[in-house]
This record gives sequence, C-alpha cells and structure tokens, in this order.
Amino acid sequence: MARIIVVTSGKGGVGKTTTSASISTGLAQRGYKTAVIDFDVGLRNLDLIMNCERRVVYDFVNVIQGEATLNQALIRDKRVENLFILPASQTRDKEALTAEGVQKVLDEMSETFDYLVCDSPAGIEHGALMALYHADEAIVVTNPEVSSVRDSDRILGILQSKSRRAEQGMDPVKEHLLLTRYNSERVERGEMLSLEDVNDILSISLLGVIPESQAVLNASNQGSPVILEDESEAGGAYADAVARLLGEERPLRFLDGNKKGFLKRMFGG
Amino acid sequence: MSEPAATATDNRACFELRGASQTLTVMELHHFDPDALERDLRDKIRQAPNFFRDLPLVIGLDHYEGNVADLDFFQLIGICRTHSIQVLGVRGGDDDIRRLARNAALAWLPGGQASTPRAVPEPEQDTAESSEESTPETTSTGAGRLVTQPVRSGQQVYAPEGDLIIMAPVGAGAEVLAAGHIHIYGPLRGRALAGVHGDTSASIFCQSLEAELVSVAGHYKISEDLQGDDWRTPARIRLEGDVLTVDPLTR
Repeated sequence: MARIIVVTSGKGGVGKTTTSASISTGLAQRGYKTAVIDFDVGLRNLDLIMNCERRVVYDFVNVIQGEATLNQALIRDKRVENLFILPASQTRDKEALTAEGVQKVLDEMSETFDYLVCDSPAGIEHGALMALYHADEAIVVTNPEVSSVRDSDRILGILQSKSRRAEQGMDPVKEHLLLTRYNSERVERGEMLSLEDVNDILSISLLGVIPESQAVLNASNQGSPVILEDESEAGGAYADAVARLLGEERPLRFLDGNKKGFLKRMFGG
Repeated sequence: MSEPAATATDNRACFELRGASQTLTVMELHHFDPDALERDLRDKIRQAPNFFRDLPLVIGLDHYEGNVADLDFFQLIGICRTHSIQVLGVRGGDDDIRRLARNAALAWLPGGQASTPRAVPEPEQDTAESSEESTPETTSTGAGRLVTQPVRSGQQVYAPEGDLIIMAPVGAGAEVLAAGHIHIYGPLRGRALAGVHGDTSASIFCQSLEAELVSVAGHYKISEDLQGDDWRTPARIRLEGDVLTVDPLTR
C-alpha cells in the first residue's frame, strides 16, 4: 500500500510544483518507488520541471477514461531510479478528473508504489479537492506572507472536513508545513512574516524552511528538481524536508543564511 | 389542636389532577403496510435497542397519505407489542380516524404541527452543523460544546444551546457562535458571536484579542474599533447596558 502525499497550498505560485518535484525525487533517491501525479489538468507544468514534456504520450485523464493503461502513461525519470511521473492533460478541463476515476487509478498505483505524491492545482475547486481527497499526509506549501498563510489555513480546514480520512472517520490527514521562499533579510526588515509568526497562526508541525534562492528558478528553467542541486541551500533544505518526512530528526538550517545579516549583527549593534 | 391521624387520611382526596407535559416519541405514519412496518421497525430497533424498550409511542397521522380503510390499529398495536413498544394513542387525522382509534381503545390527541420527523437517534449525526464545511472535532457535554482543534479560515463552530469552549486558536476568516459565553484558550483572530439568541449577559473571553468582529447579543464591534490598549492582550468582551466593552483579563 502506497502512502499518498498531497502537496497543496490554496494560493498559487507559492512553489507547489517545485516542492512536488523535489520531494518525490528525494523519496526516490532514498530507494522508495515513487510516482508524482500532476492534478493541474489544463495548466500542466510538472512535466516541464521534471524535464519530460517531450516524452508525454498519454496522461492522467487518458488513464481515467480508459484510453491508455497506467504503464503507457507513466514516464520513468531518466536521472533517478524508482521515480515516475504521471503528467496532466493539457487539453481537457478539470471536470475530467472524476472521483471514481481518480480512486481507481490511485488504487491501482497503490499496489506497486511506496509513495504517491499528488501535485495539487491552486485554489479550493474541484481539481484541488480531487488531489487532497485520498491523502494520508499533506504538505502545505506556504510563503511567509499574510495572504498565503490565510489560504493555507483555509486548505487545512478543508483537509479536516473534505478528505477521505475525514469523511470516513479515520485518523486525520497528517499535516506538514513547508515554508518556501523564505528570505531572512526581509523578515528582519519586517517585510515578511517570520517562521514564528507563521507557526503561531497555522500551528502544525514544520517540515522545513526553503530559503528564497536563485537556484530554484535556475533549476525550474533547466527542468531539474532543485533537490538535485546538492550545493544549493534550497536543495539542501529540500533534502532535510524529505528526511523529516521519513521521520528523521534534522536541525533547521538556512534560517539566517545570509552574510549581510551576520555583518549587521557584528557591527550594526 | 390535634386530630386523629386516621381522620386526616380519610379527608385527603384519593387523587388530584395535575397538568404535565411529557416528551413522547411520535411515529409519523405515511402509509400502512404491516410487512413493511414490521421490517422497518426491526431495522430501527437494531440501531438503538435500548431506546425502544418499553417505549411509549404515539401514532402520528398528520402526514398519512394512504387509505383510511387500510388502517388497522389492532394490527399496528400488535406489531408494536411484539417489539415491546406501548402505543398510547393517535395524533391527528379526521373524525373517521378518531372513531377507529376509540374502537381500538387508543387515546386521541389533537393534530400536531407539521414538525419534521426526529426523535429516533440516527446513528451519530452532528446536529449543530451549520456551515458548508464541517467543523473541527468537537465533544459536547450537556448544552455546551468543547473544541480542541484550531478553528480554521472558512470553518464555523456553533453551540446553539450553551457555552462554547475552544482550546486552540480561532483563525482569521473563521467564525464561532454560541447561545452563551465563548471561551477561547488561544488567540481570537476570526469572528466571535456570543449570546446569539439575545442573552445580554454572555461574554467572550480570549487569550489574545485580534478579532475581525466580536458580538454579544447582536451588539458588535469590528476590528477597527478594537485597536485599543486591549488589542493582542487577554481580554473579556461583554455588554454594559447597551455598550459593548472590552476589559483586560488580569490575573
């Protein structure tokens, strides 16, 4: 039985797809057979970040509608063993994701995979609800700003009421906070919420803090999950997040990772 | 002056009549089919056997759609008896039904209002649900309601009869309502409405006042009006006459 993880946020542009790509890559690197599924039907971009857009023949909707088998649609990653991508359809609309269809596909994948990472679309509409419905765990991606935190709070409420685990009265979905695009300098200047502020509002367990970094943008443009950039801070932070997801203890890094801050502390009083 | 005890006993009337109201279970009958009734009744009893043991029951006929001629009260009583349910009488219906009831030695009660069928405890349903999305896990003791999970944006928690106690933050965009007091052991960032049925003595207590709106018995203040000394501090909100006041919660 695979463990199903949804990567969600409510708000758009906070780093859901980047996170889905890196977390799934990290899990596969650890030896777990992992599939990352793009639920963003109509606006797919997971395959771009995973650099497999030229290899898409069939997609998630084809499988749901019985036009292709799972094996035909799954794309094997070329860099990391054990990693597979199930791309979304560019040409259908979100209604093509039916509850029964999604259930059927996830059930079939559960038999052979260790982890299924569901990349949710933004918003709280049908596509997002489909992505979170089957989740065992949820990674709530949040930027340190008020509207993102508010949307995350909303999506946590929906996880508690609209997920399968909630509807069937099972143990609740395990919630993790992943704070992305964290810029300690701007936090110090009061332009961004601090980790403490976000924690105070959302009060869920912290999976990691990903520093704002040029490496993330570069990696996306090159079609490579940033976790593969070992030297970058963001890559290291994602590796830590994967470790914590697997139950390991890791100290928080990169919270004050800029030189200016250090000098300011030395001389600025 | 003392009288012999025996005389006192003799003087006392052997009964007195008093008015009393009792909540009874009404079986709203839509049509009468002995086999279907027997089967459905058995199903219901299986869900809550203790509820039905020696249950006094009134047959409600306000919503009866079938043919009056089909109504066989003797058979109906028989079915109920076999499940140890005691039929007391009949409610509603016309003169024909009244006569039939009298023949079957059942009391006749005037028709009730078209109340929605309830009374039988359906398997675990939350009656205080009011928002489109369900609320965080709660337990209720008596009329009050206890919430231990954070109340998130878009969620609503309502205690329709008593106090509401929340041992977690109430997020911005969340709404908590109670007929009585509201206690929040955490920051209040959303909306809190106490005394929603008009109880002017209700209060709101919170550990950090950061609310979007607070209201007691319909008198409200919005965030803009709350930015005083008590903002972000432990506070109590109550009605003083017609004025909603905020007091610091000092210990």
